[in-house]
Amino acid sequence: MTWIEFVQIWIIAFFTISLFSFLYKDNPFYRIAEHIFAGLSAGYYVGLVWHAVILQQMINPMTEGGKWWLVIPGILGVLMFSRFTKKYHWVSRLPLAFVMGNTAGIFILSELHGKVIPQLRSTMLSLNPAQGLEGFLLALIITIGVISTLIYFYFSKEHKGTLGAIAKTGIWFIMISFGAHFGYTVMARISLLIGRILFLIDDWGGSIIWLFS
Amino acid sequence: MRTTVPVIIAFLSGFAMILLFFISPEHSKIGTVELEPEVLSWVTIVGGFTLLLGVVSILRVNYVAVQRKKEGWIYNLATLVSIFAMAIPAILPESWSPLLGTGTGSIYDWLFNNLDAPMMSTMFAMLAFYIASAAFRAFRARNAEATLLLITAALVMLWRVPMGEMLLSGIHESIPEKINTYIMNGANLAVQRGILIGAALGAAAMSLRIMLGIERTYMGK
Repeated sequence: MTWIEFVQIWIIAFFTISLFSFLYKDNPFYRIAEHIFAGLSAGYYVGLVWHAVILQQMINPMTEGGKWWLVIPGILGVLMFSRFTKKYHWVSRLPLAFVMGNTAGIFILSELHGKVIPQLRSTMLSLNPAQGLEGFLLALIITIGVISTLIYFYFSKEHKGTLGAIAKTGIWFIMISFGAHFGYTVMARISLLIGRILFLIDDWGGSIIWLFS
Repeated sequence: MRTTVPVIIAFLSGFAMILLFFISPEHSKIGTVELEPEVLSWVTIVGGFTLLLGVVSILRVNYVAVQRKKEGWIYNLATLVSIFAMAIPAILPESWSPLLGTGTGSIYDWLFNNLDAPMMSTMFAMLAFYIASAAFRAFRARNAEATLLLITAALVMLWRVPMGEMLLSGIHESIPEKINTYIMNGANLAVQRGILIGAALGAAAMSLRIMLGIERTYMGK
């Protein structure tokens, strides 16, 4: 281990422990780490946008590819900052409307063409028992699950009678799914926690041993 | 003017994207430039500026707090310093020094790997404690639905770790496989599909509202 690595490990360990200290209660160490984290994340996006968007998509094609017209989205982007002025804040609506309109146009097609139709197609499964018990049961679960979930989220009619019974089945399916999701999320977070604890034991603990050896 | 023009822009730009979808790329060209990828690139550029707008807003809020020496201004100063520490070396050209830019060995890279990424995973790891405590309070088998949630969550958590899988296999060797088949790829998939279809229909309806100028909340209205 070099001294640079040693300092690096201690910096990471300091911020890791500072953040974990919130589990006891809010304190200055946590707050400073939290604010530094927020600042670094914002700075990270500045670097990302600068390189991946402004340089790669705008400046380089303009200077190297002769796409002079890319100055227009650049101007539209700059107009966004008019939001900070009192008199001309409405100007920022123009680029925003451009982005919203385009995104809406893309969304209408992508949501219907790329999600609704393929998902519906995948749900139309064969319920023929000849395919074997497992396949039949799975197809039945998926068909009932999708229909009952959609009906549960249909609020234009009161959930009574047959509709109510199907919606109730939908709740049961939703509960199973939420439970599965919860289990998955917990395990993902636990694996991150194990990673941080291992860092503190192996790397930070190792650096302390290195210091005294 | 202040409302009508944005509504017209939103309609025309949305309609153009729908129209471009139905026209083959060979017929939607101006010279050698294909219109659809060009418009998408425009959206990405304006969208990039939107992100920068957010960062400038954070800078303004924190700067005002520091300037007025509000309570806890030292934390706002820490935010400001860390934004500049990360952003300025990233923006400056790599040709000036290997420490600049976003390449391996740059300040940006070092700060990301040694501060941002570990802090991000620590933040998410902390959620494990809060999820556990929330579960302890919420997971009471008060009715059939809550019991179903509790049982599924417990089964999936057990199934996701090797020791749990071993325990489940001890009861019956096919249990782990059945959890995967009937819970994850059965009920869970069905609900996710239902939610996805519902959300996609909602998103398409909302998009239509935006294009037609019915939905104007993005203008602050």
